[in-house]
Amino acid sequence: MRAVVRIAAWLYAIAVYGFIFLPVVVLVLFSLQATSFPIPPFTGPSLRWYQAVLSDTRLTSALVNSLLVAVLSSLASVTLGFLSAWGFARFVLPGSALLRGLITLPLTVSYLIIGMGLLVLFNWAGVPKSLLAAGIGHVVINLPLCFAIIYSQMGDHQINIERAARDLGAPEWKVLLMITVPVMAPAIFAGFFLSMTFSWDEFVISFLLTRFETTLPVEIWNLLRSGLNPKTNAVGSLVFAVSVVLVVFFELTLLLRKPA
Amino acid sequence: MTFTGHNGRALPWALVTPALAWTLLFFVLPFIAMGLSSLTAHEGGGFTLANYSQLFTDPSYWRAMVNSLEVTAIVTVISILLAYPFAWVLAEMVPERWQRLALMLAVLPFWTSYVVRSYSWLLVLAQNGVINRTLTGIGLIAEPLQLANTRFATVTGFVHFFVMLLTLTIFANLKQLSPSYRKAAADLGAGPVRTFLHVVLPLTLPGIMVGAFLTFVLCIGDYITPQILDGNNELVMPQLVMMQIGRRGDFPLASALSIILMAVVTVAYLACARWLKIERA
Repeated sequence: MRAVVRIAAWLYAIAVYGFIFLPVVVLVLFSLQATSFPIPPFTGPSLRWYQAVLSDTRLTSALVNSLLVAVLSSLASVTLGFLSAWGFARFVLPGSALLRGLITLPLTVSYLIIGMGLLVLFNWAGVPKSLLAAGIGHVVINLPLCFAIIYSQMGDHQINIERAARDLGAPEWKVLLMITVPVMAPAIFAGFFLSMTFSWDEFVISFLLTRFETTLPVEIWNLLRSGLNPKTNAVGSLVFAVSVVLVVFFELTLLLRKPA
Repeated sequence: MTFTGHNGRALPWALVTPALAWTLLFFVLPFIAMGLSSLTAHEGGGFTLANYSQLFTDPSYWRAMVNSLEVTAIVTVISILLAYPFAWVLAEMVPERWQRLALMLAVLPFWTSYVVRSYSWLLVLAQNGVINRTLTGIGLIAEPLQLANTRFATVTGFVHFFVMLLTLTIFANLKQLSPSYRKAAADLGAGPVRTFLHVVLPLTLPGIMVGAFLTFVLCIGDYITPQILDGNNELVMPQLVMMQIGRRGDFPLASALSIILMAVVTVAYLACARWLKIERA
């Protein structure tokens, strides 16, 4: 009886893994298709669709745009998040709980609504649609995330190191740059890579706030109009690969934190 | 664990002001703009509540709200039922040293963009996609099934995503559970089934509720999955919002619909608040 339950449990877990990986495997497998339709039977392997992606200037420039928006918006998010986390963790501020709540509030609102709000505001203020507008939106969604991660990691033992530095006469900016930032590095990197991942994959805000120059998810969306196409598989696989690399970095920085 | 710096009040405010200003300028202000916009008519003119009343007077709008709630409810329930046993196997049966890897693998496709993930499901479910080709290939069905462009496809795409999310939250909850609870239950004579129903399940309820709330919020607000996998067959609220912008440039109506959507999420939050608070403490 026990053995039957165990076997059933394992079979169940394997089935769920199968369900989780089915679409990814199909995506990547048929990106290597030699013929023009990403449907069975498999005719590859062939790299022709990857070549097609890399020689498509719309896609390559969208890729560069996506990277640019992801890096810059994540840098802004992590900088603002770190400074505010430091301020709230180290100093007594009136209304601190309320203000911290305000900073994390965007986490509870869907991207569609954040994008809509910015669209209405920018439309009124006469701000044109652009990558910068989308980047601003990405900071709105990632700043609370960076703040929450870094704030939760500001522990007591770090305060003592900072105090020691101050007692030895270090000015505040030196404490920040030479003590706090290095000590908090794992949380800072974790926030940065997580923001990169979310910005890299984000669709609806970029879709609403950009026009001619746009990001990769929006360009992939445009490709979907032509139906199933191995080229879409190829670019989708590339996007997935970049996300996986970013997540692995994120996991590694979190692991770094453990021994401390 | 805080102290006041020796250089007065200026420094702390200088640290927190940029983040607060950003949130006020690009989150709170847009929300106010959206609120004001929702009270005007697309055609111009003064203050009106017409954009809000449209939801109740136009049957197709009301239908979209009902579709949204139905899809979200179905997805949330199926995802919990699939994810709980899966998280349990990962937490209880996988050897400790492999757990991190097993969990990371289980949520790897979580990190693809919504667009790519939905497109991948289209490949699987299409008329001549993997499932239909396999089933007709082995002679199980004669004609391909209509799987894509249905609510079934939307639900499948959503469940795929949320099974991963819920596995994460429930796994974390199961791991936090001290084994002494189960030992105590066993000492008092409870069998595995009773221990699960009366001890483990109630103690993991907060994790389930947090996961269910996240599922609800993300599911009801998503435009991509239903748009790609169901097309325009059964519209949900986010599709309706996007249609107002894309086809007609009707920002006021789109704003009103967004605010209604947010109100629904707030109600769900209040319903779950009890458990969400436990989790935070």
